[in-house]
Amino acid sequence: MNPSAYINCFQGILYRELYRFVQQRSRFISALVRPLLWLVVFAAGFRAALGISIIPPYQTYITYEVYITPGLVGIILLFNGMQSSLSMVVDREMGSMRVLLTSPMPRAFLLICKLISIALISAIQAYVFLLIAYFFGVEPPIVGYLYLLPALIMAGLMLASLGLFISSLVEQLENFAGIMNFVIFPMFFLSSALYPLWKMREANEWLYQICLFNPFTYAVELLRFALYATTNLKALLIVGITTLVFVGAAVAGYNPRTGLLGRKSKPG
Amino acid sequence: MNTNPLLVDGLSYCYGALKALDNVSFAIAPATCVGLLGANGSGKTTLFGLLTRLLSPATGDIKVFDQNLSHSPGSALQNLGVVFQQSSLDLDLSVVQNLNYHAALQGMDRKLARQRIIEELKRFKLENRANDRVRQLNQGHRRRVEIARALLHKPRLLLLDEATVGLDFETRQMLNTHIRSLCETEGISVLWATHLVEDIELDDNIIWLQDGQVMAQGVCRTLLENSQEPNLQELLQHLSREGL
Repeated sequence: MNPSAYINCFQGILYRELYRFVQQRSRFISALVRPLLWLVVFAAGFRAALGISIIPPYQTYITYEVYITPGLVGIILLFNGMQSSLSMVVDREMGSMRVLLTSPMPRAFLLICKLISIALISAIQAYVFLLIAYFFGVEPPIVGYLYLLPALIMAGLMLASLGLFISSLVEQLENFAGIMNFVIFPMFFLSSALYPLWKMREANEWLYQICLFNPFTYAVELLRFALYATTNLKALLIVGITTLVFVGAAVAGYNPRTGLLGRKSKPG
Repeated sequence: MNTNPLLVDGLSYCYGALKALDNVSFAIAPATCVGLLGANGSGKTTLFGLLTRLLSPATGDIKVFDQNLSHSPGSALQNLGVVFQQSSLDLDLSVVQNLNYHAALQGMDRKLARQRIIEELKRFKLENRANDRVRQLNQGHRRRVEIARALLHKPRLLLLDEATVGLDFETRQMLNTHIRSLCETEGISVLWATHLVEDIELDDNIIWLQDGQVMAQGVCRTLLENSQEPNLQELLQHLSREGL
């Protein structure tokens, strides 16, 4: 295979994800409504209850809406990553996954193309959300939007690869939905998405320690710093390493020799 | 010397303690149509899973045009076109989008892909359905799209897993005739898993799979003569009962 074949292949996978994204308008709308509800309703209610001190990357006192916006961008990536992986389980049940897996391209390459496509689509949704959030007083510096793009891709890759790995472990759609509830909500609530970690530490040291082990915390912090045109090196490193681990696990999960899929398939 | 389009040697596969395939060996000659027959649960679908690298064999080798599927999967798979028993089209995409997606997965250049898609749509009389969503097509048209897709990258070996199941007689006949003409005019080799006797002709080679083992193989006419059964239907029933 020559290099142009790989480019054609990547374009094909990206276009397919885009076509599906455009066709599934309800999915796009629900992906926006969810964080907007948090921003408009939840944040309004909690604004008075939660005082936010000056913490990096913010240089002054901020409103609660401003604080939770990166976390809500994170939840867009988290939900989209998981939902796209859910579509892998659907594809597997419906049979269209076979078309992908019987391609002559290396399977790792195919899965990475899929993950990048998912991350790019998540990034589009995140920017649309930020545009709406701007009208609710969330006004980061313009250059922050540019800084954000690589952070969105990295965090999107990490969360999509986690979803892809989980999808390789489950046999049926019903199981996947159950597992997602045990992944999405703990990841979201046990992170710095909704409240600063020092607040969590004040409340409960154990929960704080769990938050420190949660890779989603670092994804949110990477996004938060990037949105204000700075880099959180610790978050960058942890998100980078976690992405590599999850991608490796997802690729192994879809390998017929090492993965569970082959072992779990049924006779016929 | 002609290379075998497909060479299967000592292939075994287990689902836990259940042995689905046991030391299966056979070869397919160039430009031939070989029927893979067997009752439900005989191991046909497992064999297809192994031939397409969806599963990995416990033991044994699969070579596609001398390329070992385990060691050089890319080189082996690019010679393969596959139609699965279960539809593998994306129902929410149009016919052309499905074909474009497949072409991209094969690494095909977009210009070449466009040209090949037009050719295959024409061949299967699907030009006027090109932009329809697959969801809007009936079973017969969907099957045609799947076969068109399997041929898009000009494979030299076509694997059909129960490709005519659920189709009306006329469409089945059309596909049957068409697939045979591919062997004659384009030199494509076909391995066709089926349980429909109508899909098999007397001059076809067949492989009879039972309980995960090859119980009989050879030209249908010869097997029929040796068995003394009056027709193909009876022969298959005989094989199903007692082997050869």
